[in-house]
Amino acid sequence: MSTILVFAETSPSGEVRESAAGLLGLAAKLGEPAAVIATAPGASSGAVARLGELGAATVAVGESDRAAGGAGANGALVGAAETEAVVAAVEALSPAAVLLPNSSTGREIAGRVAARLRVPVAVDLVDATVEGERITGIHSVFGGAYTTESVVDGGPFVATVRLGAIEDRAAAASPATHELTLPGDALGPTVTAAAPVAKTSSRPELQGAPIVVSGGRGLGSKENFELVGQLADALGAALGASRAAVDAGYVEPSAQVGQTGTTVAPQLYVAVGISGAIQHRAGMQTAKTIVAINTDRDAPLFEIADFGIVGDLFTVVPQLIDEIGKRK
Amino acid sequence: MRIAVLIKQVPDTWGERKLDLATGRLDRDASDRIIDEIGERALEVALQARDAKTADEVVVVTMGPAPAAEAVKKGLSMGADSGIHISDDALAGSDTWTTAEALAGALREGGFDLVIAGNESTDGRGGVVPAMVAELLGLPLLAELDEVTIGAGEVSGSRGVDDAILTVSAPLPALVSITERTPEPRFPNLRGIMGAKKKPVAGQDSSAVGVEGGAAGPGAHSVVTATAERPPRSAGTIVEDDGTAAAQLAEFLAKNRLI
Ligand SMILES: Cc1cc2nc3c(=O)[nH]c(=O)nc-3n(C[C@H](O)[C@H](O)[C@H](O)COP(=O)(O)OP(=O)(O)OC[C@H]3O[C@@H](n4cnc5c(N)ncnc54)[C@H](O)[C@@H]3O)c2cc1C
Repeated sequence: MSTILVFAETSPSGEVRESAAGLLGLAAKLGEPAAVIATAPGASSGAVARLGELGAATVAVGESDRAAGGAGANGALVGAAETEAVVAAVEALSPAAVLLPNSSTGREIAGRVAARLRVPVAVDLVDATVEGERITGIHSVFGGAYTTESVVDGGPFVATVRLGAIEDRAAAASPATHELTLPGDALGPTVTAAAPVAKTSSRPELQGAPIVVSGGRGLGSKENFELVGQLADALGAALGASRAAVDAGYVEPSAQVGQTGTTVAPQLYVAVGISGAIQHRAGMQTAKTIVAINTDRDAPLFEIADFGIVGDLFTVVPQLIDEIGKRK
Repeated sequence: MRIAVLIKQVPDTWGERKLDLATGRLDRDASDRIIDEIGERALEVALQARDAKTADEVVVVTMGPAPAAEAVKKGLSMGADSGIHISDDALAGSDTWTTAEALAGALREGGFDLVIAGNESTDGRGGVVPAMVAELLGLPLLAELDEVTIGAGEVSGSRGVDDAILTVSAPLPALVSITERTPEPRFPNLRGIMGAKKKPVAGQDSSAVGVEGGAAGPGAHSVVTATAERPPRSAGTIVEDDGTAAAQLAEFLAKNRLI
């Protein structure tokens, strides 16, 4: 069986980020899962054990004080140790495929690694299949309007995988560790300051959440946007937003759903005070059930909503929170 | 300082966008074509540096079929000084690798101190080409910057990662990719539109940028093997709120086991 190499993102203290579980799940479906990490010196051992639990049979480890985890990120060379570690792991393990998370860091490393290997990147997979030696990537294009399949001829299959898209999980393994020697030639900007962003809520991550509640410009202010958060909490949902709400500063940019934000495909998507511009729909139209609350009967989101309420969100949402409470 | 800005012509996200079901490629005739907004923002960053006299010259660079000349022209009318348009039938259907190779080929001899790109296009959404170009040119990559500061010999900016906001900096030459948190692009004024006609645009084919054989040349390639269209969604129940709508919705959610 061919080796499928997964680039696992780690935090500055060496913890494995959540994306690794789905990537190793997909890797196990395609072949024998291996993982590669780049951490600060001495910070890898917890990660190796964790990657074993997630199914990695081999973990290739590149330790470097240039890794983004080095010295609490400050002083690190962004992307340099990570790029070198993945390339060195490809040389050592000759994988049939390299899977990276389609996160901002993941795709940076994917591009750099692919350029070094002189191969294309298959971008934003939502799934993949294997037949004999041939790996086919499955992509969801234009907000889910199309599904395409692609293969790579003439080189390893380097791909980014949409966060939260893979539900498969691999069986735990006891990983063999493979230490990598990093050449130290890759470039990267220096991190001169790292301001931690405290995770302010215990809400689920947007990507992969079964229920998403999003708010738009109709909320009118940052204070009012709290109402969307309350509805999200009543439903146990992740919090999303339109770009207009993000631009107005009601909510942090990571909440943006749509063409240039996160693409979500939850069981339930509730849009509050969002018109449903085509660029917003591109990020949520494959949700199983769509609910829209809007004062404007002609809001385009009603065209695709399974249940729509033409009404004032400031009346409807508090009532809805009550009704949900009653049914619990 | 010379700045190159990578722009891309894409189908307007305001319209319906189509793929050719036979080839899996973009159906370029199905929608209006415009410069991707993120490319306009990248150009805005460059133009502000020129307005501030940090940069002397801004060049827009694109790869795309003949109609992409319109995107170059738009960039020139916004204020870029000149353009490079890589266009060749042999490059049709290029994957991320061939695209990056061609762009790097066009930039390599240009003497650029800084290359600015959008973080991802709205059609491909891959977000990998800037990193590939940086690696091919041997430049440090400042990816996904929300804010950019261009200095005489250095570029810096801020980037949001999982649990921190990083300030990153690198000496020039370097390649930056920006996010849509950077300022909105300016509109071309009449003078810009008139002036654009006189600005030089260099056409380059695949051999000029060193991609022998184009999209099907030697080496590894992505091949699209299947394309399927998803049936459109239709509307469900719409109720006007008469005071009971919230209760009806809760009932609907309960019936569908969503609460
Ligand atoms: C290249 C590009 C990329 C883009 N990417 C994205 C993206 O990723 N995500 C995204 O969302 N947008 C994106 N946009 C922007 C998009 O075009 C819209 O501008 C945006 O989605 C509008 O957000 P909105 O629905 O919150 O605001 P609006 O369109 O202003 O809608 C607000 C809605 O709230 C309703 N409302 C007001 N008051 C109330 C009330 N009291 N009760 C109930 N309803 C009320 C109004 O009727 C209206 O329908 C992009 C645009 C471009 C050009």
